Amino acid sequence: MKTVAKADIRRMQHASKPAPAVAEPVMRVEGLTKSFGGLTAVAHVDLIVNAGEAHAVIGPNGAGKSTLVNLLTGHLKPSAGHIHFGGRDIAGLPAHKVARLGIGRSYQKTNVFAPLTVWENVWLTGQTALPHAMRFLRPAHTLKAVRERVEEALELVGLTDRAHTPAAAMSHGEQRQLELAMVLATKPRFLALDEPMAGMGPEESEKVVELLLELRKTYPVLLVEHDMDAVFSIAHTLTVMVNGRVLESGPVDQVRESKAVQEAYLGEGDEEY
Amino acid sequence: MTTAAPVSRPTGAAAWSVPSRFALLLLALAAVLAFYPLYGEALFPGQHDYFLQKLTAIMILAMLAMSLDLLVGIGGMVSLGHAAFFGLGGYALALLGPEYEAANLWTTLPMTLGAVGLAALVIGALSIRTGGIYFIMITLAFGQMFYYVFNDAAFAGGSDGTYIYVRPAVAVFGVALIDLGDAVTFFYVVFAAMMGTYVFLRVLLASPFGKVLRGIGINPQRVRGVGYNPDAYKLVAFVIGAMLAGLAGYLSAAQFGFVNPSMMSWHHSGTVLVMVILGGLGTLHGAILGAFALEILHAVIEARTEHWLLVLGGLIIVMVLTLPKGIAGLLERITAPRANRARTGHEDRGES
Repeated sequence: MKTVAKADIRRMQHASKPAPAVAEPVMRVEGLTKSFGGLTAVAHVDLIVNAGEAHAVIGPNGAGKSTLVNLLTGHLKPSAGHIHFGGRDIAGLPAHKVARLGIGRSYQKTNVFAPLTVWENVWLTGQTALPHAMRFLRPAHTLKAVRERVEEALELVGLTDRAHTPAAAMSHGEQRQLELAMVLATKPRFLALDEPMAGMGPEESEKVVELLLELRKTYPVLLVEHDMDAVFSIAHTLTVMVNGRVLESGPVDQVRESKAVQEAYLGEGDEEY
Repeated sequence: MTTAAPVSRPTGAAAWSVPSRFALLLLALAAVLAFYPLYGEALFPGQHDYFLQKLTAIMILAMLAMSLDLLVGIGGMVSLGHAAFFGLGGYALALLGPEYEAANLWTTLPMTLGAVGLAALVIGALSIRTGGIYFIMITLAFGQMFYYVFNDAAFAGGSDGTYIYVRPAVAVFGVALIDLGDAVTFFYVVFAAMMGTYVFLRVLLASPFGKVLRGIGINPQRVRGVGYNPDAYKLVAFVIGAMLAGLAGYLSAAQFGFVNPSMMSWHHSGTVLVMVILGGLGTLHGAILGAFALEILHAVIEARTEHWLLVLGGLIIVMVLTLPKGIAGLLERITAPRANRARTGHEDRGES
């Protein structure tokens, strides 16, 4: 309930940022915990992402951010806790079922099909327009609904004219863009992006920030990111994690001014980078 | 993206992914094979019958190799038990048909495919969840299990195997359509089966199912993350591959008139795996090329030296080391238009 109250404050403080009139939680995480043997990577994390909102998760390395994304998307099974999404508790569902419910994710480490072309990569994800792909005789390229998704996704990230380049032959930055196109082609209802700008040059980063500013109008976004400038320009709300726990959560400016956060993370962070 | 660049999309032809000059070469090779019964006698007097039989046998092995390529080269499932389904197909013909009369192809073939498919469904369901080295081990174990079951089974002739005295009959309302007992007719039936298998698998790979399966072969976790359950797709591919292997086994049993447990041995699975790798993984036509290359080399070297296994083994090592994309990759590079050749070579290096 604490977080909801903070969201209310945020709406008053941030009239300039487009946010929905009424906070409508799209994803509500309660007490999410993941232990690997004796190590607790994520401990009792509560989190709310509202409709029309971009929520960033930041924290030093090893804070449990990627583990959190893996839990939310079914790539890891939580040890305890709930993830409410789309009217049900999705905690513990396998990744393919979570994806089908509309949570699209990108990966921290570039995770594309290297031998396939850009077009084929995005096609594979866009094919989720079909309820399943157990169709054996119809040539895939004749499926118009899929083709439109692929074209749209490539257009959005600006890779249209690279469609026939093998993913392996592209620059790191382009592969990151491809990664985003692959997520978008699934027509998700929620985006979980794990460091979409990792390893990008400043110019490429700027393009992705622009894209994310555009995407947050359409999709609720959970963004894990190290680039603080990017986080502050994109996110409406912010959660700071340290050692698997939520240190502070709320509207960006409020979290930014929090003493605890500045001591634990932001201050040092600025020097480090 | 202000300039409205037209989205270039794969056309029907491009989706077939075989470059045109290379495709022409493959077609030419297929024609050389298809017309063999016409010129064989003139070219190889005295050996023609033997060659005809040998080519038929190689085409059957090529079908088996293609079915394994679907698993290994496309779906990323390295199976060392694939020959079990080949043997099962052969044994099904031997055991389902009457002993001294011709079996009816219209009943025995579907029953064979059904039996092999069912066996593959059970074995696949038990082994698909494992990956990598464990999948190799579990398929090897199942393959050997089948081998020893048939090796010790009195009803199937034990280690000697059993005979099929008459080739299956292909008849409609009692009228024989074709006579499988005729060597040339059988050659063309097998040729059609091989080409049919190739086209079927090409269509399969161009379908939504094929796209997912190829993705699974490259990165199953990513495919799962998008919303497909890789295990389900792998299982279906495993069953399809096994049924095609069963078809090859059925034809092989029909050709030689006997079956024995060695059809199922892991040596056989391994040999077919070598064919697939030698020919070029994941290309389908590579599996055919690999089967022909290995069998012809085998026959040629065996005729010249008793140390043929040593020579053949050495040759395979050299070929695998020098041809990372197999024989198919080599032919594709040779036939590539001059302008593209440098670029293609560069990409090869970039990927490895």
